[in-house]
Amino acid sequence: MWMLLLVPFIGLLWVPFYNFTEPSLFGFPFFYWYQLAWVPISSLLIWLVYRSRTPDEAP
Amino acid sequence: MANQIEWVALSVFVFFFALVTVMGFFAARWKSGPVSAHLDQWGLGGRQFGIWVTWFLVGGDFYTAYTVIAVPALVYAVGAYGFFALPYTIIVYPFVFAVMPLLWKQAHANGHVTAADVVHGTYHSRGLELAVAITGMVATMPYIALQLIGMSVTIKTMGLKGDLPIIAAFIILALYTYSSGLRAPALIAFVKDIMIYIVVLVAIVVVPAKLGGYGVVFAAANDAFATKGGLTGLTLKPSQMLPYASLALGSALAAFMYPHTLTGIFASKSADTIRKNAILLPAYTLLLGLIALLGYMAYAAKIAVPTPNDVVPALFQALFPSWFAGFAFSAIAIGALVPAAVMSIGAANLFTRNVWKSYVNPAISHAGEAAVAKITSLVVKLGALAFILFLPTQYALDLQLLGGLWILQTFPALVFGLFTRWFRAEGLLLGWAAGIIWGSWTAWSNGLKPLASIELGGASYMFYVGLGALILNVVVAVVVTVIVGLISPNRTSVTARS
Repeated sequence: MWMLLLVPFIGLLWVPFYNFTEPSLFGFPFFYWYQLAWVPISSLLIWLVYRSRTPDEAP
Repeated sequence: MANQIEWVALSVFVFFFALVTVMGFFAARWKSGPVSAHLDQWGLGGRQFGIWVTWFLVGGDFYTAYTVIAVPALVYAVGAYGFFALPYTIIVYPFVFAVMPLLWKQAHANGHVTAADVVHGTYHSRGLELAVAITGMVATMPYIALQLIGMSVTIKTMGLKGDLPIIAAFIILALYTYSSGLRAPALIAFVKDIMIYIVVLVAIVVVPAKLGGYGVVFAAANDAFATKGGLTGLTLKPSQMLPYASLALGSALAAFMYPHTLTGIFASKSADTIRKNAILLPAYTLLLGLIALLGYMAYAAKIAVPTPNDVVPALFQALFPSWFAGFAFSAIAIGALVPAAVMSIGAANLFTRNVWKSYVNPAISHAGEAAVAKITSLVVKLGALAFILFLPTQYALDLQLLGGLWILQTFPALVFGLFTRWFRAEGLLLGWAAGIIWGSWTAWSNGLKPLASIELGGASYMFYVGLGALILNVVVAVVVTVIVGLISPNRTSVTARS
């Protein structure tokens, strides 16, 4: 599960994945909405890892 | 730009400034604790901040006022390339989730207050501790100065001339930080962030509506860049891709090495508080991405500004009624107060724990630590103020850029020890020195540009200097650790944790 944390790095640091304007969404060129979409996706991925781990013992 | 004073905007501004000033002084009594009795109280707010306080505090001090001014300014000036702040502030959170809870546990178990405390606790090297402490303090000073620039840009837009308003605002800030410690920015962050959220949500709905939609905004920006000669645009040129990605990665690794962000981490109640914040803090990143687009909206609104930094204030002034512009300016100015306060506290903690306690008075009491830190925070802020008043603004910008490169070189010393005890202090110290020297030299000789180039197979590649320096840093650390291991196989005292 911890590998999920690496996914945003790949999706965002490999620029050729998203360096173009089409398809656009609500007037946003692809370059912009693709990167903005990674914000909730990253949160979701981190949450999935959070849920899968064993909780800390009570402090 | 306005030449006369905007009374309505100014009145709104003064009202909110007065409100947060009262809150700042009142904060000493919030979540009650003896503020002056212990550095944990003054400098870390009692180590008791839960999910929401931490969310507002870290959000308020990571996404600074300068961000609100500078990111749209950069996007306005260079287009897509300026957008690297977005991937940077996304990939930082998987990192925070994986690493910062471990750092918190180490700090919590041993009563550490600063990054340099943690490093000393792990390696028992005064040299490495001092290197981390000095890097933190030096990198923070120009960052505080930048907050002042963000504040002064908005104050000038309202028609106030001269240095007096900024001096007054900063003295007030210095006094309530002195008396309340970290509780003051934590409490003010609530007001600041709610104001910023309102401003941005209104701006991203109202501005495109007035201008004809996001399609029009992007088209106007595209035309403007084409007119300028097409060196930059709505997407990256091939030569900009590696700089874009390496700046995003390098900045993300550096972000939570700064004393102000670490102070927010150490002040949390539990490791789980930090994990949940890694999930929730990206909400600010969404906001940042939308703020960045204000730079393009300026083209659609046909706003001409003397310097890119004036883009956001000029846009608000042109498109909003005076009272809302005043509200937006107060949000930005208060947005400068929170990080400036946390930064000065982080730097003061470093000085107190890793310079004063380590070298001047090792027998200092808890109350004595708090007293030294309070005085230091005043000195640090006065230093930043003098910096802005007496030196050209460009110095602060250049030094802040170098500061990011420098603070990144503390990464191996601080982070590697959480996962392995293999590295030796000598290796980490020499790696740190090699990274700082090579990085500073390269940035300096390129005219203080953050990019370096490397020749590989006949082609030239540009990348972020800080990341290159970090790689060199790690290589040196590994090589020296191996050599030291051959010379003296028995490491001393590493197992004895203080």
